[in-house]
Amino acid sequence: MASIQLENVSVSFPVYNAATRSIKNRIIQSATGGQIRADTTSQRISVVQALQDITLTLGEGDRLGLIGHNGAGKTTLLRVLGGIYEPNSGRISVKGLTVPLFDISLGMDQESTGYENIILRGLFLGLTRREIKARMEEIADFTELGDFLDLPIRTYSAGMQMRLAFAVSTSVVPDILLLDEGIGAGDAAFMHKARERLARFTEKVSIIVLSSHSDDLVRSMCSKAILMEHGQIVHAGPTDEVLERYREMRGF
Amino acid sequence: MSSETQVGESPLLSQFRYGLRSEQIRGALRDVAEGWERRELWMTLGLQDVRQRYRRSKLGPFWITISMAVMVLALGLLYGQIFRQDIHEYLPFLAAGFVIWGLLASMINEGCLAFIQSDGMIRQLNAPVSIYAFRVLWSNLIAFAHNIWVFFAVALWFGVDFNWNLLWVPLALFVILLNGLWISLLFGLLSARFRDVPLIVGSIVQVLFFITPVIWRPEMLPGRALLLDLNPFYHLVEIMRAPLLGQPAQLTHWLSVLSILLVGWAVTFFFYSAYRWRIAYWV
Repeated sequence: MASIQLENVSVSFPVYNAATRSIKNRIIQSATGGQIRADTTSQRISVVQALQDITLTLGEGDRLGLIGHNGAGKTTLLRVLGGIYEPNSGRISVKGLTVPLFDISLGMDQESTGYENIILRGLFLGLTRREIKARMEEIADFTELGDFLDLPIRTYSAGMQMRLAFAVSTSVVPDILLLDEGIGAGDAAFMHKARERLARFTEKVSIIVLSSHSDDLVRSMCSKAILMEHGQIVHAGPTDEVLERYREMRGF
Repeated sequence: MSSETQVGESPLLSQFRYGLRSEQIRGALRDVAEGWERRELWMTLGLQDVRQRYRRSKLGPFWITISMAVMVLALGLLYGQIFRQDIHEYLPFLAAGFVIWGLLASMINEGCLAFIQSDGMIRQLNAPVSIYAFRVLWSNLIAFAHNIWVFFAVALWFGVDFNWNLLWVPLALFVILLNGLWISLLFGLLSARFRDVPLIVGSIVQVLFFITPVIWRPEMLPGRALLLDLNPFYHLVEIMRAPLLGQPAQLTHWLSVLSILLVGWAVTFFFYSAYRWRIAYWV
């Protein structure tokens, strides 16, 4: 059973600049600390509070949309759910195989062939070589790239690369899927086929969390939504209600 | 964690206390163990790192072998003259030392960049971060596998007596790699936070090359100075170079290397469990 539970989760980012990252400054700082303490405290690493007291429970079948303007903490929340950022405080428990799909072509190598990239992408998704080989034919068929798969993908058009990335990324069904702005799929002819596959794929995933700026996308995929601002959840509820609230907030 | 932070305490210190709870220690162990389990991924990435450097060149990664061969020959002929050494013994000695040094130096230098260079992946992939240290190790092992042939070619040419001591070589390599792993984890972590670390380490490694008996023989230093025995790199090089040249390595070298291994891992483990979770924030 897949489930996600967050309890009072907070995340803050240290913002380092060249000065705070250098050892020289740290040493000088500690050496001169006595005289210019006032200065050193203000020189302290500035901290951005990216998430504050997030409490959230998701279970089997939940489709959650994250809504909010840039910098509201949507991506950070996704990364916390994916286990990439460990929160500074609070409790988090995520059960089930989680796949963060922020960039479907993460890890693809321009100089490697299409087949090599299928393997590479599959490894990134947590598959073993053997598992990928078992799916290879199905993936290759779906891309309709034929003999191109033997060529390095730098010879592909952007749309062809997208097809490849899309085909591999939707070949593993995780328990929990984390999406940032949905999944793109290239040209129009392919679009129809891709949409079918995507629908079949997302149907099988037990929990999906999607962060998006597109109202339509959120409405079509998610039953529930949360509205975030300054790293906090300001409103949670059914998608339409939350979108309505967001529209009010933006002032139209 | 913020609730436990005391006023006026450096955030690094409070993170350190936080990181030493048993939960974090288990997390660090799990991270390394799970990193090992994802070996198909980091082996592929490591291989890709090597291949990328030599893509579309005719000889590909064999340029590693060739440039090592040129280096060894040039240095060997020159320094053999300067030090008035018998070329039959000096060249194999230099080739072995140089190849081992190459492995050590690049493991350390690239180990510093283990996390910095993979920043994009770290922020997008929910894999244990230790895979990036393993990746560095693997690509260095591949380069080493190309370089070692230079030694064997030189050794065959000059008729080095290969014997059963050669069996020590894989063991020595294994121990060197275990050392490489803690070095990548520790220095990779420190470098992610303090970006001067790779630069400092780089220049220290460069100096160490001249202090360590790679191009000169330990016997050339009168009275076996402290400089030699206190240099960890001397022992690391020697446990592998001696068996390559047909002699068993002295026990003191092995003992030194094993203590470096233990102390290194202990220190690394401390830091790694304390700050591992911060790496994603730092890169």
